[in-house]
Amino acid sequence: MRHEGENEVTLAELRARIRRLEAGGAAEGGRAVWPLGAAALDAALPGGGLARAAVHEVLPARTEADDGPAAGFALAVLGRLMRQVSGPLLWIARRQDLYPPALGGFGVDPARLLLARAGDDAAALWSMEEALRCPAVAAAVAEVNGFDRTAARRLQLAAEAGGVTGLLLLRRHVAPRGRQDPSAAQTRWRIGALPSRDGGIAGLPGKPRWRVELLRVRGGVPGDFEVEWDDATADFTLAAPFRDGAAATGKRARSG
Amino acid sequence: MGSEAKGLALSAVDPRAAAAGLTPGLPLAEARGQVPGLVSLQADPAGDRAALTRLASWCGRYSPWTAPDGEHDQEGAAGAMIDASGCAHLFGGEAAMLADLVARLERLGFTARAAMAETPGAAWAVARFATTAATPWRIVPPGALRRALAPLPPAALRIGAAEAETLHRLGLRSIGELETIPTAALAARLGRGVARRLDQALGRLEDPIDPLRHRTPLEVRRGFGEPIGRREDLAAAIESLAAALCRRLEESGEGARRLMLVLHRVDGTLQEVTLGTSRATRDPAHLKRLFAERLDGLDPGFGVEIMTLAARAAESLTARQTGFMRERDRTVDLSGLPELVDRLESRLGAGMVTRPRACESYLPERAVAAAPPFVTAYPAAFAKGPPRPLRLLDRPQPIEATALLPDYPPVQYRWRRLLHRVSKADGPERIAPEWWREIAAGATARDYFRIESEEGRRSWLFRAQGRWYLHGAFA
Repeated sequence: MRHEGENEVTLAELRARIRRLEAGGAAEGGRAVWPLGAAALDAALPGGGLARAAVHEVLPARTEADDGPAAGFALAVLGRLMRQVSGPLLWIARRQDLYPPALGGFGVDPARLLLARAGDDAAALWSMEEALRCPAVAAAVAEVNGFDRTAARRLQLAAEAGGVTGLLLLRRHVAPRGRQDPSAAQTRWRIGALPSRDGGIAGLPGKPRWRVELLRVRGGVPGDFEVEWDDATADFTLAAPFRDGAAATGKRARSG
Repeated sequence: MGSEAKGLALSAVDPRAAAAGLTPGLPLAEARGQVPGLVSLQADPAGDRAALTRLASWCGRYSPWTAPDGEHDQEGAAGAMIDASGCAHLFGGEAAMLADLVARLERLGFTARAAMAETPGAAWAVARFATTAATPWRIVPPGALRRALAPLPPAALRIGAAEAETLHRLGLRSIGELETIPTAALAARLGRGVARRLDQALGRLEDPIDPLRHRTPLEVRRGFGEPIGRREDLAAAIESLAAALCRRLEESGEGARRLMLVLHRVDGTLQEVTLGTSRATRDPAHLKRLFAERLDGLDPGFGVEIMTLAARAAESLTARQTGFMRERDRTVDLSGLPELVDRLESRLGAGMVTRPRACESYLPERAVAAAPPFVTAYPAAFAKGPPRPLRLLDRPQPIEATALLPDYPPVQYRWRRLLHRVSKADGPERIAPEWWREIAAGATARDYFRIESEEGRRSWLFRAQGRWYLHGAFA
């Protein structure tokens, strides 16, 4: 029964997609994007930015330790989007530990934030799917511990149907290999903390710096970057290919 | 049987016991002497009241306005009041409605008597004093109140036992006789109570029913010839009710904020489902979707005979500013957003979708409160100040940390057994307790530090009374 229901939904989505394509919508790759404002990152993405009507995944390099950087990168990217699109940012999570006073530093107005508390991953993913079908929403984020291929595909179809951007923020580290890649998402990013450069005065923490790995991107080039975020201007101040001893290990892990 | 000052006594008797000459108030020992083999049960007044309330709710199948009625009853013959104005036609007329009511109650195991009259007092009197087992229900036609009441004993006026006793002693055996006494004389002898009850029964004085639920003009109902129970049937019934309710809302220019669906089941029990909406709505498709989320929770039992859907709180539909717009953007269409919020809350639970609101508090964990998703005036933005973490632990976690000097940031700290060496730090930022509520609880000032570990982990730590805590994480 369940499978029939899902197939019906999928079929309806596919029809909607065909209708859109017939109505003169651009081809899959060339749809609306929003640039991240960092040349190195945008160059790796098809169309020079992240696809709007799509789902993107952001993973922490290490569980908990890199949750701050992963959430920070997610917000930085969404902040760029929120400047272009009206509507609320729906943030769906079980743990309500996102701290709204910090959002301004990522270009996200806390007044445009809607928080939804979901009891578990299934409820969070369901909520996200509902939100992605609602064009009044600017973007929807779901914090989850994991998801399966079906869920990812449903989300992607919902994002295409509603034209809404979805972002899956994983709270748990996901091994890059050892399990098959279940992603139906447009892009998958892995974020890890890097020591900041001295912020003017020696000994003070500087601007947040991350290692940003673009693990997969449809129609683009995966890459490995060193990125710095300026929360005063809400802009990336640096995005360069990652050059460090760790890069080699990272590459090995990916190709394995 | 209940316990009174003089020991155990009867508090209610069934018809067979009454036929044997037993009356309420009789001491149990005496009753046992009169009727050997008497079966007695412990009285349960709270249980009786609850059952009576359930019965009154059940009567909601006939009218949205019902009330339990038991306070005047001596004999345990408690009842329920139904305001049937404008309802009888739904059941094929008054006679058909009463016949249906009595038949259903008997099937549920009650001995039922019913009457319909222009006043609650007259209906009460006729149901209790002018019906028999053969004719368990009666209708007092309009204008026939006085004639119907005249032959009934004064006790039929919902008066106390003492008052009834006095009237009996005065030789007044019927309401008809009572009516011949001037009101002033009656009041002088018996107080205002009896005269008031008489006036109420005859419709000369207001006699409001205190309803279980406040009367809502916005209720729609559907009865089913055959009880329904299949999921699809329930869904179809809800859909048609939603459409009917939305038409009514449309007529009155209102929208529903709270909805109540009631299933009247074959076995006489009810199931109620209440839903809230974030903004007033009269969109049938939206209501249908909201209830669809609850469909799995519906238990039709052996079948549902009647369904009612009521808009519990309706208010005028107004377009309100939401504040979700990008600056200088007034064009975007945010319709669909309230419906989304409703669907999410229907699944996640009421109050699970909120907006953060800035609060005036120095304490970081109190600087944010949850506001409803749609508020008329959006509260002021968060104050600009020193950097704040992206994640805030709802409760600061105690950690081991080492600082070289008091007021200095830690040089290292341990969190979940891992040792982190601090390479950069900023602070202290002193956050004082809110003296008006914290001092008594023993709270002290906190010295916050923004620190970065050697591997780049950025955290928010504070020291209070010589102890260290982790309170948040930066990007």
